[in-house]
Amino acid sequence: MSRSTLIRSHAMLAAVLAAAAAGCGGGASPAADVGDAAQRVYVAPGQYDEFYFFASGGFSGQVAVYGLPSGRLLKVVPVFSQNAENAWGYSEQTKAMLNTSYGFVPWDDSHHPQLSMTNGVPDGRWLFINGNNTPRVARLDLTTFETAEILEIPHSAGNHASPFVTENTEYAVAATRFSVPTPQEDVSISQYKEKFRGLITFIKVDSATGRMKIAFQILMPGFDYDLSHSGKGPSHGWSFFTSYNSEQASTLKEVNASQNDKDFIAAVNWKQAEKCVAEGKAKAVPAVYAHNVMEEGSQTAGTTMEKSVTMLEATACPGVVYYLPTPKSPHGVDVDPTGEFIVAGGKLATVIPVHSFSKMLKAIEAHDFAGEVSGVPVLKYESIVAGEVKEPGLGPLHTEFDGKGNAYTSMFVSSEIVKWSLKDFTVLDRIPTYYSIGHLSIPGGDSREPWGKYVIALNKITKDRYLPTGPELAQSAQLIDITGDKMRLLLDFPTIGEPHYAQALPASLIKDRQVRTFELTKNKDAYGVTSEAGTGVERKGRQVHVRMSTIRSHFAPDNIEGIQVGDSVFFHITNLEQDWDVPHGFALTGLNSSELLVMPGQTRTVVWVPSKVGVFPFYCTDFCSALHQEMQGYVRVSPRGSSVALASNSAKK
Amino acid sequence: MSRSSRLIVALAALSLAVLYVLPLWHIGLKAPQYPEGLGLYIAADRIVGEKPQDLNSINGLNHYIGMKTIEPDDIPELRFIPKIIGGLIVLGVLVALVGRRGMLYGYAAVLVASAAAGLADFYKWTYDYGHNLDPKAIIKVPGMTYQPPLIGSKQLLNFHATSWPAAGGWVAILVVSLVVGLAVWQWRRGRKPRRVAAGAALALGAAA
Repeated sequence: MSRSTLIRSHAMLAAVLAAAAAGCGGGASPAADVGDAAQRVYVAPGQYDEFYFFASGGFSGQVAVYGLPSGRLLKVVPVFSQNAENAWGYSEQTKAMLNTSYGFVPWDDSHHPQLSMTNGVPDGRWLFINGNNTPRVARLDLTTFETAEILEIPHSAGNHASPFVTENTEYAVAATRFSVPTPQEDVSISQYKEKFRGLITFIKVDSATGRMKIAFQILMPGFDYDLSHSGKGPSHGWSFFTSYNSEQASTLKEVNASQNDKDFIAAVNWKQAEKCVAEGKAKAVPAVYAHNVMEEGSQTAGTTMEKSVTMLEATACPGVVYYLPTPKSPHGVDVDPTGEFIVAGGKLATVIPVHSFSKMLKAIEAHDFAGEVSGVPVLKYESIVAGEVKEPGLGPLHTEFDGKGNAYTSMFVSSEIVKWSLKDFTVLDRIPTYYSIGHLSIPGGDSREPWGKYVIALNKITKDRYLPTGPELAQSAQLIDITGDKMRLLLDFPTIGEPHYAQALPASLIKDRQVRTFELTKNKDAYGVTSEAGTGVERKGRQVHVRMSTIRSHFAPDNIEGIQVGDSVFFHITNLEQDWDVPHGFALTGLNSSELLVMPGQTRTVVWVPSKVGVFPFYCTDFCSALHQEMQGYVRVSPRGSSVALASNSAKK
Repeated sequence: MSRSSRLIVALAALSLAVLYVLPLWHIGLKAPQYPEGLGLYIAADRIVGEKPQDLNSINGLNHYIGMKTIEPDDIPELRFIPKIIGGLIVLGVLVALVGRRGMLYGYAAVLVASAAAGLADFYKWTYDYGHNLDPKAIIKVPGMTYQPPLIGSKQLLNFHATSWPAAGGWVAILVVSLVVGLAVWQWRRGRKPRRVAAGAALALGAAA
């Protein structure tokens, strides 16, 4: 065998091995039946996706925005967590957004995005999302894709069943996942049954501005309130909350909260609650909670510490709460597009129970009660159930709807989505998910009019689905076509953090309403400037305020002297640009904070306390123009007490 | 002049009043970074961006090549052109009222001269902006000047510049053409037998 033949045969062998490896797909799990899937999800360069997809970031605390069907990540909107990339929670103007009654809390666990609705259909105005850990609800403005407001929920612990808005966004809700002493007090944990209470909060949303205000809180028996959805159509005026731990265990809940065959869905008649509040059956209870609002004019967040909340004892208002017995330890509760069916995801149940709203009303009218728990009437399961989906799989969690009479339920344990009929509650189809699906999402899938084209599985575990990245692996979303009789997996893509719930809507509802720049002439920042003429430096004791502007491609001023070690130097950077997609950044050697990223027309401030003598450069961090590299300047720092006069080279123009 | 000719002159002159509202000219700029384009509208009394921030953006970009900032307040023409237009309207109405053919010839000549002067002035300004560049300009390309075309399109570095009449400009062109056409027709009518002229009037009426 000649040398060249030998090489050739080795090359052949390599090719064969490569082909064999390709045949194995990505790993142990089966590859999708590709077919025309690539064409279905391909969005050509320069083309737009059909849907915006808002996925919660889970333990990242943020909201991620993707395009569908491509799965391309468009933006991560910082909400509850500091974000050094754009100074969210670092800049003086945004820090107040993360204030709470516990002080500055720079992180949370964001779970459930909820699009605002009009007549039970997403209207593209705002996106609400809950902070689970330190109970909060945030509102994002969908013209800027920025967080506009964060409201803390007092007396609550673990804001999980939230924000789930009502049909016309009259309210966003917030129910406590962990019952706690209410109001808080220093008691023994063994007094759980006597002292610990659950709490359901209704937050009024102003229909013009979106501003949130706590309307009332309903004191409930001390269970764990888990998830929620509001009624629609005939059931508008009611909200439904799952609960578990009706055993009221305070330890080893894994076992002790899993003993009862049935727990409860709390059906809350909020119109009745409004009536009781108006009749004076509620009382004002002292509470301290932060209300943080980003003011539009100044682009500056402010915190108001609220001092009181209206609280209504569930039993003090007859007709406000009923318990629907539901097998077993239910997680999700979802209302179908007609508003008639209330579907529970009994995570330890062997069936999917479907309650009937009309039957529930009849049973309430007939006082057809099985008894009561802590004064709350419990309806009879047989009187209210419309049907059960038999042998659906293991671990049903959440259900969404396609608007064509079908429901889709995620199965955590058996790792699949099950499609079933709302007509006869029979299983029609099932498709595996990779792996351990939590929530699932259909565009508009919890609304009166779903855009039933895709269902997206939101998976907790990816194991072998992608190239491995050490111990920590991405979570994933899987796009599944639901236009035919059989579900078809088209695409899966990794996500940021952990996507719990997600919602999608047609891009046409928001894409043409985007703010491109903030109007410089309307800049109301106390230290903002509208031209380079307004820039300069000013000393106030140990504080130095630098009014600085940016425009392609220079800072004004760009030489500053007379700063002393230990001064607090406030860099107030105004971006004079009025052109779309031209932010400027600001970074400085040794700055003990994040950079600033300043949008056109906006002012952002960062504080620097220099600790060393010397001359320190600053520069623009966002590649802004051909002369971006030249966009830089110097600050001279002198020893404390130095005679160097404070000076800058601005306003020469 | 016939009654209909006088009416045409009066209407043509009065329609110049739209120039107080509609812009005369449009300059457009497109570049890879500006797929949506930037634009300027030049009207009798103002220069404004096609979109609210376009003038600001164009001035921002022009600083790279050392072009002077376009400051509408520094252009005196924007203050007296409206007066000239007012004069042209009044003059046209006078011509229609008096109805003397000689005055129509004079009016046609004044309109043509005004249009020519306007274009020449426009050329002078664009020449000045395009050629008199700051010697400390950031970007200097030997031999390169940045005058946009008087009319038509041209590539200026990464920008594709276009220059065309805007709605008001087309109205002005129509008015000048109409008055000049009428003057020529009247002039020829005065020199030819009456029957031919009547035929020409019919043809003109049909074309209108």
